[in-house]
Amino acid sequence: MAQETTGVSAAWPLWEVFVRSSRGLSHVHAGSLHAPDAEMAVRNARDLYTRRNEGVSLWVVPASAIIASDPDAKGQFFESPQGKDYRHATYYTKSEGVKHL
Amino acid sequence: MDSATRITPGNALRPEDIAASELHAPEDVAEYALRLGDDALILAQRLGWWISRAPELEEDVALANIGLDLIGHARSFLTYAGTAWGKTEDDLAYWREETEFRSAHIVEQPNGDFADTIARQLIVSFFQYELYTALLESSDETIAAIAAKAVKEVDYHRDHSSQWVLRLGLGTDESRRRMTRSLEKIWPYVNELFVDDELVEKLDGVAVRPSSLKPAFDAKVGAVLAEAELQVPEVQPAPGGGRRGQHSEHLGYILAEMQVLARQHPGATW
Repeated sequence: MAQETTGVSAAWPLWEVFVRSSRGLSHVHAGSLHAPDAEMAVRNARDLYTRRNEGVSLWVVPASAIIASDPDAKGQFFESPQGKDYRHATYYTKSEGVKHL
Repeated sequence: MDSATRITPGNALRPEDIAASELHAPEDVAEYALRLGDDALILAQRLGWWISRAPELEEDVALANIGLDLIGHARSFLTYAGTAWGKTEDDLAYWREETEFRSAHIVEQPNGDFADTIARQLIVSFFQYELYTALLESSDETIAAIAAKAVKEVDYHRDHSSQWVLRLGLGTDESRRRMTRSLEKIWPYVNELFVDDELVEKLDGVAVRPSSLKPAFDAKVGAVLAEAELQVPEVQPAPGGGRRGQHSEHLGYILAEMQVLARQHPGATW
């Protein structure tokens, strides 16, 4: 036999968990967990990250479905608009005669 | 004390509230509360064994959660039962002999493998769900209040066990074989849960006749098993007798482990 299963962990994919608390406005990444499928992932997320509180919303996403930006390319990717004042409205002066702007 | 006013729906009753109250459970009601409490206590003790031993970290947390829920139910029921005899929850948990425990045989069954534990959990959680739902109407306010808190938690236990029955039943050949075997092993202990006796007859309006819960239990558990493409086992019921203090050989070992510290240090506080 080529390869026996090495353990359950190997078979259970990783899920990322996003939680919106009862008074929260948006879902926030809370952490990750292992689960055999999406339904079980939601249930495990409830146990691990919400303690089954009411009024929360949970999103689970297979970690493999998330495409992350490249941390090594941070420089170029997130370069600040410093020195690019022309990108901001305040750079431009109001023309004479334009009212109520 | 304002504790009596806390026994209202939506305001979950804690064991501390019961202990601090002036409540005195009538003897019969206390006997009944003991049954409910002992089922929860012994099953919680069984589930505690799994901590650090479950197949996955997430499952470790889930089983511990369920165990803790059950400990909570046991504490409330035992505290209430104790008010009849001037005993605390600890007196009742740690200083009763095997023959004084009123738990059903199913909860003392060994954990076995994961499928054995799930099969046991499936039956107990579906039984407790029907029981606590019916006890919401109990004329005993404290029993009704404890049931109101417990039923929400037991609903989650039902969900957990049925999810696992589906996965094990529809999983690999091996998981299916094990789930089938586990159901066959545990099913003889189902019967005892639904037997009426003198005590419940006497407590008309307070207690629930277990036999009245059987149709709903059969329908709901049957639906889970059907979805998992598993059969309801056809087996002879085991003798039972837990409600009368007649237990299998397993309970003595559970109690020895559970009670050893308390009994070595009588009167200690912790």
